[in-house]
Amino acid sequence: MSSPPINRRQLLRGAGLTALGGLSLSAAACGTPFASGIAGTGAGRHSLAYWNLLGGGDGVRMVQMQDVYRRSHPDVDLQAVTLAWGNPYYTKVTLATLGNQPPDVAIAHLTRATILARAGLLEPLDEAELGRHGLTGDNFTSTAWDKAHTDGRLYAIPLDTHPFVMFYNTDICKKADLLDTDGTLRSLDGPTALVDAMRAAKQVTGAYGGVASINNDFATQWRLFSTLYWQLGGDSLLSNEGTDIVMKDALAEQALTYIANLTVGEKLMPASVDYGGAITIFAGGQAGFYFEGDWEVSTFLTAKTPFSMTRFPNVFGGAYAVQADSHSFVLPRDDKRDDARRQTILDFVRSMLDQSKTWAEGGHIPAWRPFQSSDAYDQIKPQSNYKDVADSVRYDDPAWYSGSGSDFENITGSAIAAVSAGQTSPAEAVSEMRARLTKYANTAAPV
Amino acid sequence: MAIQTLPLETAGPVRAAAGDRGRQRDHARAGWGMATPFLVLYLLFLVGPTAYGVVMSFFNSSLEYNGLGGFAGPDNYLEALKSSDFWSAMWHTLLFTIMTTPPLVAVALLLAIFTDRLRRGRWFFRLLFFAPYVIPSASVALIWTWLYTPQIGLYGTWLTDIGITSPNWLADPDWAMASVALATVWWTLGFNFVLYLAGLQEIPRDLYEASAVDGASPFTQLRRITLPLLRRTTVLVVVLQVIASLKIFDQVYLMTGGGPNFGTRVLLQYVYDIGFTDFRTGYGAAASMLYFILILVVSLAWFIFGRRQRKEA
Repeated sequence: MSSPPINRRQLLRGAGLTALGGLSLSAAACGTPFASGIAGTGAGRHSLAYWNLLGGGDGVRMVQMQDVYRRSHPDVDLQAVTLAWGNPYYTKVTLATLGNQPPDVAIAHLTRATILARAGLLEPLDEAELGRHGLTGDNFTSTAWDKAHTDGRLYAIPLDTHPFVMFYNTDICKKADLLDTDGTLRSLDGPTALVDAMRAAKQVTGAYGGVASINNDFATQWRLFSTLYWQLGGDSLLSNEGTDIVMKDALAEQALTYIANLTVGEKLMPASVDYGGAITIFAGGQAGFYFEGDWEVSTFLTAKTPFSMTRFPNVFGGAYAVQADSHSFVLPRDDKRDDARRQTILDFVRSMLDQSKTWAEGGHIPAWRPFQSSDAYDQIKPQSNYKDVADSVRYDDPAWYSGSGSDFENITGSAIAAVSAGQTSPAEAVSEMRARLTKYANTAAPV
Repeated sequence: MAIQTLPLETAGPVRAAAGDRGRQRDHARAGWGMATPFLVLYLLFLVGPTAYGVVMSFFNSSLEYNGLGGFAGPDNYLEALKSSDFWSAMWHTLLFTIMTTPPLVAVALLLAIFTDRLRRGRWFFRLLFFAPYVIPSASVALIWTWLYTPQIGLYGTWLTDIGITSPNWLADPDWAMASVALATVWWTLGFNFVLYLAGLQEIPRDLYEASAVDGASPFTQLRRITLPLLRRTTVLVVVLQVIASLKIFDQVYLMTGGGPNFGTRVLLQYVYDIGFTDFRTGYGAAASMLYFILILVVSLAWFIFGRRQRKEA
């Protein structure tokens, strides 16, 4: 056999050198995250690293907003990264900050920003400096602005508030005679109105009156329960940063009994359905009402479901309350950050807030008052239907183990889901919640 | 049939020349050189962090801060051993192992025997049974979650169509673990199947022919020839399967999230919840060290068992 023109060794040597050359060439493009990560240099002088956890329908709007920023600021190289929602996101932000390679600006839920701030991972914001960019307190929803402060200092710039809301199928509600003359839903406030409405809707659909996701979804169950609990006047469940459980058991049981009646008692809502299934049931017209956070509006717009949205009803008639959280911009602590970069970041934040119209289309109530109070927002329907709740939302009680996606929500939501599924009684669920939360209350805070 | 022993061909006496020794040294150096990149990564990313984890388990380390945190001594270990959540998670893991290992061994063996008997089209069944194994865990979890979805999932509707009330697969505490186990069996069967197929093909055919001449039925052949000669493969499959089942995380986390109401939370998810969601990396390290000891015991048991087997052989 005659020897081939290139033998194996030469081929491997050539391939190796080419690969090495290619790698160094790409590293020479210093701005790429890959190269700067290896070299440990961080984003280049004129680039801005921005992390968020916004997948889904609202994430699409954020991408549009980022593109607008890029067009208006061609000198800044915006490197936006979207990471998986929930805990995986916060561990990455935390570890990046601890490793001295934080993003320049990141999205954080306000309930989580408190924990990050306490751990010293966020840069405190100078209100005077923010004022120079027009980011003053009176330009933001007051509940969000207050929550953005930890121990008296400002750590976050609110972007929006996303409450728990009620979606309703306009076709089904029309047939069930639940709509007003202008085509919007009549008020369902009061202890019986919501149940009656769902009974009527069930007559029309033949399947269910309403639906809310239960399986493998502690967050939705917590939001539903806490809204009802706070409407009952239950006030905080935790105090002293989580070292005391001050939940009022009787009111908690009452809220749980109400939920159990809907799913197990009168079978108005499925007792077993997961997140995707709940969306399918509502989009497919098998339920007249759907209870979830406002972000699912894009899903139903795409599915062309005939629907509208409104605030969750005031079921128990007291002062209105509804569970919510807020997205906000935070600046992870970075000793290398100079003033020029800080100005770029604040400029970016202002640009995002100026595009609140795009953001509002994704369903959230913008925290930026200039837009929130404008006519342009009122015209975005159905997203603006529930804007009035922004000032009466309640956030999860502050504690190191609390916040969006935390174990507090996991524990409470799992127990509530068991009630919704008919697996435990309200009383048992309350004592289980208390038992599990007490373990956390008695554990020293790692933050 | 007479059995003949052929004479063993022996090589000439081996002369250890000086040149041979030099070449051996070069070989050894080349061997170490080629192993060095792997060794460096191994020390850096496996041995080092494990050692750090052992140290960390004696401190109240937090995810939110650099450094080890306050010294805790044996407190983390004591807390884990006293924690009912830790023991339930351990039990859920063992339950999963018990639910998956027998089917994954027995069914794989059956399918391998069946495939081995085929004269034609063996490639098709090899592909069929092994194909699920190459699908990533997230895809398997997604597909099976949709199959199990209440109200609209395929399994539910099929069972209802033939008149059986479908169980609430992933949300019923009595069925959740079994549902995840079923998905896992479908997914990972192929690996054991391939191991068994290889083992079966090593059994000489003349043994079957000889036994057939002596009047053995297929069942007797299975019991007296196939299974004993597959003992090595079976031990390997069982041990690999047990260790893999003990390390379960993906499917449970994705399909039930540890629910309903923590009813399927396995130990690795417990460590994740405590170490990452709750920021308590010190305590998480202690829990995972205890778990490491358990898996070590299982591996040691195999090692000793295998040693004894080899001594018998």
